[in-house]
Amino acid sequence: MRKSNCFLLYLAGNVLLLLFLFAHAFYQEIHAGPILKANSELVARLELSDLCLFTEASYTRHLTQTDLDTPFQDCPICLEHFPSGSILMPPEMLKRSYGKIN
Amino acid sequence: MLASVVFFTHAIKREGAITLKNAPEMIIQRSVAGRRDLIPVSYLDKIQKIRGVSSARCRLWGYYYDPVRGANYTLMVPEKSGYGPGSIVIGEGVSRTRHVYPGDYLGFSAFDGSMIMLQIRDVFSAESELVSSDLILMSEADFRKLFGIQEKEATDIVVRVRNPRELSAIAWKVSDQFPDTRIVLREEILRTYDSIFNWRGGMMVFFLGGTLLAFLIFAWDRASGLSQEEKREIGILKAIGWETSDVILMKFWEGLVISLSAFLAGTILAYCHVFFTHSFLFEPALKGWAVLYPAFKLIPFIDLYQVATLFFLTVVPYTVATIIPSWTAATIDPDTVMRA
Repeated sequence: MRKSNCFLLYLAGNVLLLLFLFAHAFYQEIHAGPILKANSELVARLELSDLCLFTEASYTRHLTQTDLDTPFQDCPICLEHFPSGSILMPPEMLKRSYGKIN
Repeated sequence: MLASVVFFTHAIKREGAITLKNAPEMIIQRSVAGRRDLIPVSYLDKIQKIRGVSSARCRLWGYYYDPVRGANYTLMVPEKSGYGPGSIVIGEGVSRTRHVYPGDYLGFSAFDGSMIMLQIRDVFSAESELVSSDLILMSEADFRKLFGIQEKEATDIVVRVRNPRELSAIAWKVSDQFPDTRIVLREEILRTYDSIFNWRGGMMVFFLGGTLLAFLIFAWDRASGLSQEEKREIGILKAIGWETSDVILMKFWEGLVISLSAFLAGTILAYCHVFFTHSFLFEPALKGWAVLYPAFKLIPFIDLYQVATLFFLTVVPYTVATIIPSWTAATIDPDTVMRA
């Protein structure tokens, strides 16, 4: 078999696989509808404000409830030391509300 | 890796937006000396009297460090609970971490050193781990007993309004009446999760920086000219009658073959990594020092925009970067190139 045919076969295989994954994503999205609805209702019922992405520190567990001081709560010159704190950005609203208070 | 980051962040954002669309409209917290403090229940009456407020209630929630497993839990008092004092409902993550199930007892060390034993009545479903993994629901009496919080204090206040368009006006009135409070609106919660993992965040800077650096090295390598081998190949092709345009076309197809193969394989592998293997490569970075880590399965929210972004970030720059030096080499006299 010519090398170009081999490559075209490889390309066609990849495209087919990609299309299959698209179909999988579409199916999963439809299938997840009731789960998302149930989670959204749970959020409403329990009045939750955040996703449970990180549990190591309060300011990354409840990202929207945090303030600028929380990451440095041990002492005023302590450095923030939880890995998730370096992954997430502080919420934009902190700048606004603190600007108003100060 | 770039495709994995794109898929992962987009899926989290979409799921967050859908799940949190029913989050509280307004949360009022009290801040003392730069730290969040318990809010007096007396604030509630005054807040309820503000025009436009349909209802307000005090929330009780907090964190509990479990010395047995070294995990942090979120303890919360629901507005309506089917179970009375002495009972709790736990998240799947708590159940997995402590190996406890409905009917078992879970011990908590209270503020005064005494032990409180609470019976597990139910476990949240595994599908809700994204919001409930570390959650423990308990009665108000148990919560106050555990943390020693007086009846006249609460963690924060949640407010519902009649007209959502009046939210900012009501927020302004609350902050005017209670200058020691901080207000979090639902739209701010949604915006926070919409901008989560944005390009300035540590992980994104790390991955985008790595990708950019790799591309810069590649561009530098290509711009500094082709290797002697490649130049000789072009010289031979020109000597046997190939036109400059033929050489450029051949190099274009060569670049396209390489970049397209990389794009397709990378996208497929990234999809499998994020949605079939629960992003196992990201797990050490995301897990950090956490003992309790939610094992949530992300829903694949893939759209054409993400795939097009990846395509233009990988295929186009590579193809362009291969054409320019080939054009330079193809315009030189073939005899000079072959003798060099």
